[in-house]
Amino acid sequence: MPKPMEEYRVEDLNPGCVIDEPGNAVVYHTGNWKSQRPVWNEQKCIKCGVCWNFCPDNAIMRKEGGYFVADYEYCKGCGICAHECITQCITMVEEVV
Amino acid sequence: MGKRIGMEVSLMVSEAVKLADVDVIAAYPITPQTHIVEHLSELVADGHLNAEYICVESEHSAMSACAGSSAAGARTYTATSSQGLQLMSELLYVVSAMRMPIVMTVVNRTLSAPLSIWNDQSDIMANRDCGWIMIFAENGQESFDQTLCAFRIAEDRRVLLPVAVNMDGFILSHVIEPYQTVEEEIVEKFLPPFDPLYTLHPDRPVTMGAFAMPELFAETKMAHEIAIRDSYAVIREVWDHWGELTGRRYEPVEEYMTEGADTVFVTIGSYGELGMDVVDRLRAAGKKVGLVKIRLFRPFPYRDILNSLTKFENLLIVDRALSVGGVGGPLASEIKTALYRLEKRPNVFSFIAGLSGRDVPPEKFIEMYEEAMEGLKKNQWDEFTMVGVRQ
Repeated sequence: MPKPMEEYRVEDLNPGCVIDEPGNAVVYHTGNWKSQRPVWNEQKCIKCGVCWNFCPDNAIMRKEGGYFVADYEYCKGCGICAHECITQCITMVEEVV
Repeated sequence: MGKRIGMEVSLMVSEAVKLADVDVIAAYPITPQTHIVEHLSELVADGHLNAEYICVESEHSAMSACAGSSAAGARTYTATSSQGLQLMSELLYVVSAMRMPIVMTVVNRTLSAPLSIWNDQSDIMANRDCGWIMIFAENGQESFDQTLCAFRIAEDRRVLLPVAVNMDGFILSHVIEPYQTVEEEIVEKFLPPFDPLYTLHPDRPVTMGAFAMPELFAETKMAHEIAIRDSYAVIREVWDHWGELTGRRYEPVEEYMTEGADTVFVTIGSYGELGMDVVDRLRAAGKKVGLVKIRLFRPFPYRDILNSLTKFENLLIVDRALSVGGVGGPLASEIKTALYRLEKRPNVFSFIAGLSGRDVPPEKFIEMYEEAMEGLKKNQWDEFTMVGVRQ
């Protein structure tokens, strides 16, 4: 698996910086970029899975009971899920540090 | 050894590309590169070359298509000039950093404005930091030879970098010169099929051209720098092998009539031919003048240049491009940098001549020599001189 970017030395890099290990982006916790996070209102959620289907980062999971939740380690806060949600049950909430 | 015939230099280059059995050509026609790609499209259309000829709508797309085809593992070629190279500029940096062994002929032409189609080396010099290997051919035969050598250099696993073979527009591209053909068996021996290190293939998924954060970027640049520095040894090896097979030997830096010379012209590209003629004339007049020709521009052959140029008192460096707002000619600037750390440095006279195809007859070189000698007497000369400029 890859190392944190700051640990790479010149000689560790493949020619052209090719990444020859599929799926290794999992070690980069890109969720810390986000300025907003999606929050579900389960009163309005109809468990249709549109949010799960549209998430470009596969950062949304179905939890017990059929409702959905984002993995905030990888969710970049793009808001596509909130935009696509049929019942508008997802609100983008300001990320507070 | 093959036949010796007369042929237009552009067609020689197309024949070299055909002999290299390229898989993909993506190009957009621009003067003075046109004859190369015209002839290649005919070779493909008539079934003499089994390649995909992608007729793109711009040079930006040409180099983008080259990136895709090289990533897919195809031997890839393109050619351009001037504004075309400028439009490609973004992709030049991308494909070199992604270590794609694309070969490109740059038929050197000046850059607008004013609009002009004629020759100088402003186009490639504007892109001199793009991370490609850059070779300058001196004549037609060399344009052919360097095109074939370029594929072998680029695709070597120790190199994996794109190579630009430069030839002066019109002065070479549109002139009929003697051409020694090379048999296919020799090319087969010299240039093995392209065996890419990585390809875009579902059986072995890879990511090419990924993103890097600031904490990684400098390391990627250093890796590129090391790769192009190290390509020097492979370039020499490839040229030596070509010399063994064809008898035509090439060096990164070559000297002509330098025995006992105190003053040398330093040239790049087709000025080398003119320089030899001028040196013959000056020698006949009893002047101790020689010629040093720079064939390899990137990686810049510092060591060869120091080994050669430190033997002389005066260097007359003739550039075919002006670094506007800089200190004259790009070649002169590089050479001055190379000389900086020496305790005893030769005198450097930087001349810029032949911009936009302005004719440079031998007499102009002789004027440069006289001007330099005059400057030496007075112990005063300019940082650079625009030869023959009216002001």
